[in-house]
Amino acid sequence: MFGDYSLGDLGSIFVMQGFAGLILFSVYVLMALGLAIIFGQMGVINMAHGEFMILGAYVTWMTSNLFQTYMPGLFGGYFFLAMILAFLASGALGMLVEWVLIRHLYKRPLDTLLATWGLSLMLQQAYRSVFGAREVGVELPQWMLGSLQVTSSIEVPINGVFVMCLTVLITIAVAYVMYKSRWGRQVRAVVQNRIMAGAVGINTEKVDRYTFGLGCGIAGVAGSAFTMIGSTGPTSGQLYIVDTFLVVVFGGAASLVGTIASAFSISQTQSTLEFFMSGSMAKVLTLLAVVGILMLRPQGLFALKVRK
Amino acid sequence: MSDETNKGLLSPLRRKLLMGMAAVPAITMLPRTSFAQAPATSAVNTTGLAVTDTEVTVGILHSATGTMAISETGSIEAEKLAIEQINAAGGVLGRKIKFIQEDGASDWPTFAEKAKKLLVNDKVAAIMGCWTSASRKAVLPVVEQYNGMLYYPTFYEGLEQSKNVIYTGQEATQQILAGLNWIAKEKGAKTFFFIGSDYIWPRTSNKIARKHVENVLKGKVVGEEYYPLGNTQFNSVINKIKLTKPDVIFTDVVGGSNVAFYKQLKAAGIDLAKQALLTISVTEDEIDGIGGENIAGAYACMKYFQSLDNPNNKAFVPAFKKMWGEKTVIGDVTQAAYLGPWLWKLTVEKAGSFDVDKIAAASPGVEFKGAPEGYVRIHENHHLWSKTRVGRAKLDGQFELIYETADLVEPDPFPKGYQ
Repeated sequence: MFGDYSLGDLGSIFVMQGFAGLILFSVYVLMALGLAIIFGQMGVINMAHGEFMILGAYVTWMTSNLFQTYMPGLFGGYFFLAMILAFLASGALGMLVEWVLIRHLYKRPLDTLLATWGLSLMLQQAYRSVFGAREVGVELPQWMLGSLQVTSSIEVPINGVFVMCLTVLITIAVAYVMYKSRWGRQVRAVVQNRIMAGAVGINTEKVDRYTFGLGCGIAGVAGSAFTMIGSTGPTSGQLYIVDTFLVVVFGGAASLVGTIASAFSISQTQSTLEFFMSGSMAKVLTLLAVVGILMLRPQGLFALKVRK
Repeated sequence: MSDETNKGLLSPLRRKLLMGMAAVPAITMLPRTSFAQAPATSAVNTTGLAVTDTEVTVGILHSATGTMAISETGSIEAEKLAIEQINAAGGVLGRKIKFIQEDGASDWPTFAEKAKKLLVNDKVAAIMGCWTSASRKAVLPVVEQYNGMLYYPTFYEGLEQSKNVIYTGQEATQQILAGLNWIAKEKGAKTFFFIGSDYIWPRTSNKIARKHVENVLKGKVVGEEYYPLGNTQFNSVINKIKLTKPDVIFTDVVGGSNVAFYKQLKAAGIDLAKQALLTISVTEDEIDGIGGENIAGAYACMKYFQSLDNPNNKAFVPAFKKMWGEKTVIGDVTQAAYLGPWLWKLTVEKAGSFDVDKIAAASPGVEFKGAPEGYVRIHENHHLWSKTRVGRAKLDGQFELIYETADLVEPDPFPKGYQ
């Protein structure tokens, strides 16, 4: 297949393809981080993760409309504010959901699957009623469109670079919060032994609520960022949910490093395979590999040793 | 709205069912003075459909909820508009059209079940409905078994023909071939790269397109790629496009993937003003989500654009916007859905009867001169003769008409040499 192309062409394509793999990696990490916290740390199977992401996307869309109407001069910078608002909106909804629904189900993790699936259907219909069934187009500021010309034949998409930087920042922030802060220590304590954590004076209910809120908030930021590369509609969240769970489960549920390692291996496998065969076949082979590895290692790539 | 229609309709209907065929002469003796010019119900309805002296009931069967609501909302709106206009113009054979709307909920078994409900319980005279091929395939055995009449609006892959269905959208050869011919001639295109979503319509369409490119245009297909429905990452295939440098990118990606594809194409630095791209899956509806700035310059090949400059369309677009809001856009399928009720009305009037068998037999040759896309006519094979057009997407989300075939293109659902 490469006979007809010059070495220079091929070199540039491989560089760009490598970069495509890195973008895919960032996208996977970004969408999985929130779930890694909720599913990994709390054991809640949150099927509504995609809908929390789309809430972030809709918040971004509303912010963009607001800026266009009232402050067109500041339009170039609206995206940063939109991401913060998306975090707050999804986080707030997450905390509400935790209070109304999830906290009654901590002892029945399988039921959270059904409850959150129902929640996802309700949210989809709510979006449809509020924003309409059609997809909305989120307009981006001019500087976020197009690509960076690195050499004459190598071009790198700006939104890809943006997603990568955002992913790095959020990952560092989450790692810091979870492993260095006092609150993160409490979260991990609750995960490892809820009763003992309560006994030493940690307000486990409050920790749960904030952890769930944080996970949903990060989903909101991811949704906001994905308006650059994907669609925003009532059911767009469904596009992400399978890949998200795949990354988290493959990585090992309770491990942040695992999530990153799994996002990396899945994205690289997929993007390499995609280049040599059709997209559908690449997906099939990637999934087969994941299933095979999970059969050998049911606990995922990295597993936290916890006393059960 | 559907609830009200249900209530209003069910009781007389049930009564009529109980009375059975023996009651038919009795019904004709009911007062008909206000509709003196209308023919007797017993004469125009011999099979027990929901037709009274003043009213006739049809069904609307689309997804108002679920994934497909994005696309089907426009079709529902168009059908309601057509029904309202027909009623304002005096109805069908002197009878006002009432509709019962059912929700297929983007779920194919639900479509089949609702179709059965409409035909068996409600006795509707016709169904305007379905969108995806999957939903049509689910409904087809039902309308054939209970002898209903379905008006199906979407452009689709062909390879189907039924006495009980009128296909108001284009089948694949009708839509694709003229567009390929045009771009091959206009751009001197020799190499083509196909990208589609991975299901029956893109696969069949691309198969037809490939045969045409290789056998008729003597060109070359340098890549043919399929991605799962809902895929959101297209950077790899975009790199392959950069490597193979095709003259034309030919796409039939659908749904949310569409948005991702054009956004990433733009971000990867592929300028659609320089790189020719021909799509058969993007209408004005889709551009709403994609964003005009991401797709401006791309060519789309179908039979209708909102911007068409003809008297019918100039009346249709404002009427649609008046009913459904200034911001709504009208895509190819929405227009095709609008044709459904009108074609049915014209066929009923030609047949002089609501009976499905008579309508099916009378359909070929029915002409609709008021179609927003221009004149259309029903073919022997129950598809429409229609023109094929190429439009170029503009920044504002509308298409600019670039080319249209001189004559109506004959529908050919079973194309020889393309299978």
